[in-house]
Amino acid sequence: MPTVSMTVNGKPVSANVDARTLLVQFLRENLRLTGTHVGCDTSQCGACVVHVDGVALKSCTTFAWQVEGANVTTIEGLANGDKLHPMQEAFRENHGLQCGFCTPGMIMSAVEMVWRKGSDLDEQTIREELDGNLCRCTGYHNIVKAIHAGARAMAGDRGPAQQAAE
Amino acid sequence: MSATGIGASVRRKEDFRFITGKGHYTDDISRPGQTYAYFLRSPHAHAKIKRIDKAAAEKMPGVLGVLDGAEMQADKIGNLICGWMIHSKDGSPMKMAPHPALAVGKVCYVGDPVVVVVAETLAQAKDAAEKVVVDYEELPAVVDCAKAKGATQIHEVASDNVIFDWHLGDKAKTDAAFASAKHITKLDIYNNRLAPNAIEPRAAIGEYDTGSESFTLWNTSQNPHVARLVIAAFVGMAPENKLRVIAPDVGGGFGSKIFIYNEEVVALWASKRVGRPVKWTAERSESFLNDAHGRDHATHAEMAFDADGKILGLRAHTVANLGAYMSTFSSSVPTYLYATLLSGQYAIPQIYCEVDAVYTNTAPVDAYRGAGRPEAAFVVERLMEVAARELGVDPADLRRRNFVKSFPHQTPVIMAYDTGDFDASLKKAMELADYKNFGKRKREAERRGKLRGIGFSAYIEACGIAPSQAVGSLGAGVGLWESAEVRVNPTGSVEVLTGSHAHGQGHETTFAQLVSERLGIPIESISIVHGDTDKVQFGMGTYGSRSGAVGMSAIVKALDKVEAKAKKVAAHMMEAAEGDIEFKDGTFTVAGTDKSAAWGDVALNAYIAHKFSGQELEPGLKEGAFYDPANFTFPAGCHICEVEVDPTTGETEIVNWSAVDDFGVVINPMIVEGQVHGGVAQGIGQAMIEHAIYDDNGQPVTGSFMDYAMPRAHNLPSFKVGMTMTKCPSNPLGMKGCGEAGAIAAPAAVINAITDAIGTENIAMPANAATVWAAIQKTQPRAAAE
Ligand code: FES
Ligand code: FES
Repeated sequence: MPTVSMTVNGKPVSANVDARTLLVQFLRENLRLTGTHVGCDTSQCGACVVHVDGVALKSCTTFAWQVEGANVTTIEGLANGDKLHPMQEAFRENHGLQCGFCTPGMIMSAVEMVWRKGSDLDEQTIREELDGNLCRCTGYHNIVKAIHAGARAMAGDRGPAQQAAE
Repeated sequence: MSATGIGASVRRKEDFRFITGKGHYTDDISRPGQTYAYFLRSPHAHAKIKRIDKAAAEKMPGVLGVLDGAEMQADKIGNLICGWMIHSKDGSPMKMAPHPALAVGKVCYVGDPVVVVVAETLAQAKDAAEKVVVDYEELPAVVDCAKAKGATQIHEVASDNVIFDWHLGDKAKTDAAFASAKHITKLDIYNNRLAPNAIEPRAAIGEYDTGSESFTLWNTSQNPHVARLVIAAFVGMAPENKLRVIAPDVGGGFGSKIFIYNEEVVALWASKRVGRPVKWTAERSESFLNDAHGRDHATHAEMAFDADGKILGLRAHTVANLGAYMSTFSSSVPTYLYATLLSGQYAIPQIYCEVDAVYTNTAPVDAYRGAGRPEAAFVVERLMEVAARELGVDPADLRRRNFVKSFPHQTPVIMAYDTGDFDASLKKAMELADYKNFGKRKREAERRGKLRGIGFSAYIEACGIAPSQAVGSLGAGVGLWESAEVRVNPTGSVEVLTGSHAHGQGHETTFAQLVSERLGIPIESISIVHGDTDKVQFGMGTYGSRSGAVGMSAIVKALDKVEAKAKKVAAHMMEAAEGDIEFKDGTFTVAGTDKSAAWGDVALNAYIAHKFSGQELEPGLKEGAFYDPANFTFPAGCHICEVEVDPTTGETEIVNWSAVDDFGVVINPMIVEGQVHGGVAQGIGQAMIEHAIYDDNGQPVTGSFMDYAMPRAHNLPSFKVGMTMTKCPSNPLGMKGCGEAGAIAAPAAVINAITDAIGTENIAMPANAATVWAAIQKTQPRAAAE
């Protein structure tokens, strides 16, 4: 069994895993980081989105070995200690979640959306950018509102990928 | 109103764990020594099982068990059941076919579980499943509910595939009303089959403890106690006291997680067989195959009017597809949850409805958000709209003319509406939608080459399910009360144990708001406990928009008792007469004096019991209550949808959605609006894109999110939501329920708007771009050609 090593939420981790192990399985089962969810088997729902080197990635469609050496952030690593990330705050403040199952993927996608598109997002951009994330509970109304507010609160925050590109 | 009491948009207490990834959904739970189950399912819609050869699979690495239905029967594990008895017109009981958790002798739909493989890892279980050989002899499949009657027989008990032919109302009087009619509007409707698709797939962990000879089941359930009851009493897994069911955080239900499913029964049984905990988590493709679908009704309906546009009668004939087996509550959906709402918001003197329920070789069909009521609202509101066009009357006006205006109102189909103001919600929705300027907007759209249309849906539903006596007389196998227990701790903090179950509704917040308002303590001091049969004694769970009207009413009852007991304690503390004690904002006072005691002091005194002897007053402060509602509740409202259709492509955009609902007293407007948004989104999904399709051989065509169209953010508009309020008289809080309204109201509003835009009478759901474009070809060939 191959060894994979990466940094997850700031901590170096490494394990021997079956080559078929998906990143989401590695996170959920090996590391017991169960905040990243699986909602489908066709890469359609986005419940599994994490950041790999600052880029949003569907961890259900990625083998663990593919992110060897990378910096992975999951929903558990988004807050700064006790201080929630502004996007997490915005989801709570705007009732952007009901059952909470899609929420980790939504928040991770939203944060990266802001990194890519800036903090002044209009409704249409947000709706189009959410193409890869399904929610069955909220009708998206409050998710759109939350992302709009969260984006403003993130003003000035440049993502790791954007910083690296500069 | 206090900042956290009734009526405040309190931010949700449960959100912190969900936004930080710390929720506990079933698949997040890992038991020591856990093994994994993988189900081998039927690839055929209808076939005899000739032989199952498990030998090679059993030798595969990591395999702990390869089990089939015969072994299950040998272990005396019983069948799954349908818990609502419906009788046919001739008085004969519905024809419930045996539904084994693992198929025995034959399979009846694609996805029917046949063999379970249990192994150390999921990958090993899947690898081993490939080695299982099942020989099938294929049989012709029955798919279309309209053609099911008399087609190839699926079950021995139902020779013509008809489960029941049921009716409601007075046929002779209704026919007489039609005979005297000035105008009759007729409509053929297919209410499309839907896949519920909660984003959390179903999951189950079964665990057997040999020492105590007891089972534990963790599952994705909306009603863990009902699951325990069925699995104990009917499936016969273990007595109720030896079976604990825990439904932890559940990622959406929409009805699909009410039912008792094959996999959870098998996980329990297999855990005893292999001597280790057994976990199963559905893959999305399994959800499409096996989660109970919704709707799938074909209806012919007619409405009769007099010369003044007053409704004289309604008659409908419906064929309801219940799929391959009768799921837990499937028989109630096209009968008592449907035909009883055919009066809509209108005074209709005569109604008659016939329903034939049939077996087909498709996944079982059962309740899905709204359950029967969306189908009823669709029939009534489509008929009204078409009638208005035929009669040349404004659709709002025709509705107004026929509204029920005095309450209580007894309909001809069982329901007695207690209160409402249908004029008010219509009026407010028309204001919100700026109805009077619609003509201007339509002309402006025309200039841009777009067809603009507007559609109403003035729905009513019956929620707060339900008075036990009433549903018992209609065939329910259970009572539909709810339980609550309020436990006050010595330091004054409170736990509320409820039989309701939250899977997105926010009970941890709204229930705490109620307690906070009543006891005058902060919501942080209140914990809501639910979803575990070892903690909560019994409960009926959450569906039918019942947790507020029924679940919270039970809490009110328990709080009444707590307050009464606390007053006794306070009386002893302050050496006053019990009758002189008043309780307000968390403080007990003695009338006419300045003596007072804080809530926390009284709680402490109840437990230390130094101020009274145990003979005169029992120590402690904990009370329970069961609440059985006196009537259904009747949320109602009006949704108006405005669309723009591109005639060259059929592409339809919802440009305006105005929803005005009367939910009675609202505990948390923010949460209620969220429920409306979600419900409307599902209703729009049904109307415009969603459809669970089988081909003629019973093979599912829509087996993943790649081919089943789920509403995405860019398919939907933002919603304008407003409310009106008439207080529900039948429960102490005056609540009606809000969970299903959107899904009930939306489909008719959308279809009324689209047909208005393109000038056709009828269009099939889902009215996707292709369907709309084809309809335009017929009605407006010129527009389409341009
Ligand atoms: S689980 Fe990754 S997209 Fe659905
Ligand atoms: S909050 Fe339930 S799926 Fe989005």
